Amino acid sequence: MIEVEGLVFRYPNGFEALRGVDLRIGDGEFVAIMGENGAGKTTLVKHFNGLLKPTRGRVLIDGIDTKEASVAELSRSVGLVFQNPDRQLFSETVREEVAFALRNFGFSGEIVEKRVERILRLLDLSEYADTSPFLLSGGERKRVALASVLVWDPKHVVLDEPTIGQDYLQKERLRNLVMQINNQGKTVVIVTHDVEFVAESKPRVVLMSKGSIVGDGRAEEVLSDRELVDRASLIRPQISELADSLSDRGLPRHLIDAYSARSAILKLLRDKGGCP
Amino acid sequence: MPTDDVIDPGAIAMPQIEAKGFSFTYSGSSNPSIRDLDLEIERGEFVLLTGPSGCGKTTLCRCLNGLIPNFFAGHWEGEFRVCGIDIAKAKTYELAKLVGHVFQNPENQLFSLSVEREIALGPENLGLPRDEIRERVEWAMEIVGISDLRGLAPYELSGGQQQKVAIASVLAMRPEILVLDEPTSFLDPKSAKAILETIARLNEELDMTVILVEHRLDLAARLVDRVLVMNEGELALDGGPREIFGKAAHLMGVGLPKVTLLFQMLREDGLDVGIPIMVEEASAILRELLN
Amino acid sequence: MSLSFLEGLKFAKMDTPLHRADPRAKFLMALSFFASSLIFANALALLALLALQIPLLAIGRISRRWLKSLRGGAFLAILIFLMNFLTGQGASFSIAMSIRFVCLLSSFSIFFLTTSPDDLGLALERCRIPYTISFIFTTAVRLVPTMALDAQEIIDAQRSRGLELERGRFLRRVRNYIPILVPLIVCAIRRSLEMAEALESRAFGASERRTSLVTLKMGPWDYILVALSIALLASSIHISRSIQMPSLEALDRIFGLGWRIA
Repeated sequence: MIEVEGLVFRYPNGFEALRGVDLRIGDGEFVAIMGENGAGKTTLVKHFNGLLKPTRGRVLIDGIDTKEASVAELSRSVGLVFQNPDRQLFSETVREEVAFALRNFGFSGEIVEKRVERILRLLDLSEYADTSPFLLSGGERKRVALASVLVWDPKHVVLDEPTIGQDYLQKERLRNLVMQINNQGKTVVIVTHDVEFVAESKPRVVLMSKGSIVGDGRAEEVLSDRELVDRASLIRPQISELADSLSDRGLPRHLIDAYSARSAILKLLRDKGGCP
Repeated sequence: MPTDDVIDPGAIAMPQIEAKGFSFTYSGSSNPSIRDLDLEIERGEFVLLTGPSGCGKTTLCRCLNGLIPNFFAGHWEGEFRVCGIDIAKAKTYELAKLVGHVFQNPENQLFSLSVEREIALGPENLGLPRDEIRERVEWAMEIVGISDLRGLAPYELSGGQQQKVAIASVLAMRPEILVLDEPTSFLDPKSAKAILETIARLNEELDMTVILVEHRLDLAARLVDRVLVMNEGELALDGGPREIFGKAAHLMGVGLPKVTLLFQMLREDGLDVGIPIMVEEASAILRELLN
Repeated sequence: MSLSFLEGLKFAKMDTPLHRADPRAKFLMALSFFASSLIFANALALLALLALQIPLLAIGRISRRWLKSLRGGAFLAILIFLMNFLTGQGASFSIAMSIRFVCLLSSFSIFFLTTSPDDLGLALERCRIPYTISFIFTTAVRLVPTMALDAQEIIDAQRSRGLELERGRFLRRVRNYIPILVPLIVCAIRRSLEMAEALESRAFGASERRTSLVTLKMGPWDYILVALSIALLASSIHISRSIQMPSLEALDRIFGLGWRIA
């Protein structure tokens, strides 16, 4: 469980990035933290493994106050994947890169090997095990960075802007993977402003603006709220705009993705006795 | 029947961008990044260039302003002309005057600590007289709508504003073609929309050719005249947005606008009512249907 | 671990008389302080030089960041003291050398904290330094804060993967920095390649005769600054030649303070 209570954070230069945030994320939840650039999303998640400590208020990870634990200890249960893989890859091979954290956490050689092989398979990276991570494409480097965190099997996984620079197919794969680890019972938190990605994944959405939480609820509710979405410098999903424009024709307002819109439209047509 | 007596000047004018059987392989790579490209783009077209990562989009952009083959070494075949200039023979700065290039990351394309001086950098490099630089800077700020930011430093600006400064800085070179390589990747949706609308306005008001690489097709599809889809170095699809998105673009791994995707699915369900690319069209079609 | 000491070198845009002053005049001032610090080997004289810089901090409103840059240099100052002291140079001289170092650091810290890299570039060009070289120099200055941000992100990412920089004995600790340094270098290279590409498309190097939107012009205040700088240097030379400055030991003897530093 991730508990954030009255969290205020001020950077050394005086900028108040978080202005009193209260948030509870239960075990096994799937949450998207959304909002404009500079809303405080990344600052918030950097509190989850203790990289930043609250100026006021507190953050509890499974009951432990982050002020009382080291980053290494907290990271065992909170795996934080950063946006830019280039700001972490350093090893000579993908295998070494992925094993790095396991060695830091003191796993034995045999377990390291086993876990690395397993995670490389899961992320479709086995063929690159002995390749230098610097020779891989941007999308592949991003997967290596993800593998290098998932490998120690953290209970809570936090992904900062995982879709930036990714094409459609890569995003689809990412979405499947995220769903998969969430189904295994892990808490998954993604920080993103990719509205369509969220609309298709339908997590709980926490909307931030200017250092505060301005909306919190099911994706269908939050993302279809025109005013709220606008306040966070986002744009509603296309399907939501479509559904809104046709609500007088009986289309439900909370549609945000093409698949549910398709079923709703077909149902409406069937009810009307029309085709098909 | 062809006649010799009337020569239509439009008919003999060369296309602004023209590639014939062009291939390019980066030094040290075994696979060509562009394969046997045949392409013609006319002045004033607004072209969306898309396709999965690694398909050759960025390489194509680099050809347009002569970074290939002048700055990036490699092996090329065929011919590539921009405004009639053979890119293999031109100096990069000659093409820089004709083709403005805006990159993905604003951080790495802004060099000055004030918006004005940033926009002046290109014209200064060209050695233009001060009065002309001043005039161009004013014009570029005006047309992009950032005159009020003139004294600010890049780090005082939002990502969207930084990208506008980057656009203004290349406009000050008075290019004929604007190339933008994923200019909205780092921006939030609202800023992305504002940037794309600015680009569309430049295309319209200045009759400037625009080549836009973009993954956000939800926002871009409605703005463009033509869509190029690349796949593994080849030009796989080329046509109007309706034609391309109505066809098999999703098989190429292109993220279709969601309303388009919806109607493609409805068509699979036997409901063939056309394939819209904008919310308004989709709404009108469904309204009719649900009446 | 924090990289806040780099703040001490980072130019921040402000509007004070010192920020507005011509970079050439400011550079002369920095040089004059620099040279004066080298002329004196006496702790009191050097302290006086340092004190003379304090009004500048107030005018430029940079005292806080100036302190940060000094904090960054504190380690070296202590090192200088120890090196001198342990090689038998005597406490008084060793202290003087540390203060001299702080003085040197401070004179240039004031210059960089109040001079925009843009103005610096213009000044260099004015001094007939080729544009390519002045551009490289000013870009390097500008990149310091960006690279500091990169470094902070890298440190955060590696700590999130269980790296503990302070763990282990000396050699282990040095090795701990490899996961920080490699990505930092890779990022710098990627960044410079992207910047080079962007510069190419802005016609960098197109014309032999580069022009400039803004030019530097010395105003009355700048001339006053120049005059003061020359006066400072001249009086430093004069004082060091004609007046015997009391050493710390002498002060001790005169006032019977009992420091027992000798």
